[in-house]
Amino acid sequence: MSVGHYLLLSAALFAVGVVGVVTRRNSIIVYMCIELMLNAVNLTFIAFARQLGDMGGQIFTFMVMTVAAAEAAVGLAIIISVFRNRLSVDVDDVNLLKG
Amino acid sequence: MELLMFYGFGLLALFAGVAMILSRQPVTSALLMILNMFCLSALYALLDAHLIAVLQLLVYAGAIMVLVLFVIMLLNLREKKGIITKHQASLQVVGVAAFGFFVMTVVSRLNTAALPKSKAASAGFGTVEAVGRILFTDYVLPFEIASVLLLAAIVGAVMLAKSKV
Repeated sequence: MSVGHYLLLSAALFAVGVVGVVTRRNSIIVYMCIELMLNAVNLTFIAFARQLGDMGGQIFTFMVMTVAAAEAAVGLAIIISVFRNRLSVDVDDVNLLKG
Repeated sequence: MELLMFYGFGLLALFAGVAMILSRQPVTSALLMILNMFCLSALYALLDAHLIAVLQLLVYAGAIMVLVLFVIMLLNLREKKGIITKHQASLQVVGVAAFGFFVMTVVSRLNTAALPKSKAASAGFGTVEAVGRILFTDYVLPFEIASVLLLAAIVGAVMLAKSKV
């Protein structure tokens, strides 16, 4: 069981996340796709930690989870306040800064 | 056995990810995301990262996704127009597919043979005790900074979501 299998799976999951971020219009789905990409990178860290026998990779994953939790709180608060102003969470409707 | 479990959970995770971005209902998407996180947690356990596997379930599936589901149900969202953004949808799909192909090619060509051979994990690898020990010795500064980050996130979330300041 080599690390290559895990790297391929994590690359595939990351690509799925990118597809979601670029194509979907519901900002909550976009947010979940960002989480999917973070998870794919976490899988890479864990696979390399196992391969190299070094637990530093697991610490990195721990930190990524912390940042993701903070991001969840702030991101969803932003989505709620956008919804309060625009009655929509559609990313196409939030274009105030567009020239 | 390990290979079988890898393919089972890996394919299920991939299926859940693809179904998540294709689903029309946000609640279905969130539930598929939780399935994806369960599969990833199983893969972490397969890689001897026991603490991270449990944290994945507690933090991601337990806390973050419940918050997301709560917001989806609070806002009572429905897809009115199509699910895809209107700007050159086909171009986006083609570009992203090309990007995915590129990433997969690079990863599959990576010279993993240069890495040291994976040995059997040393006793206690990835347990709460072992990870906790290096978290509080070698990595104590990032750990403390994370606490400040979480405090800032709490204050920021309350400020943003409050209706009147």
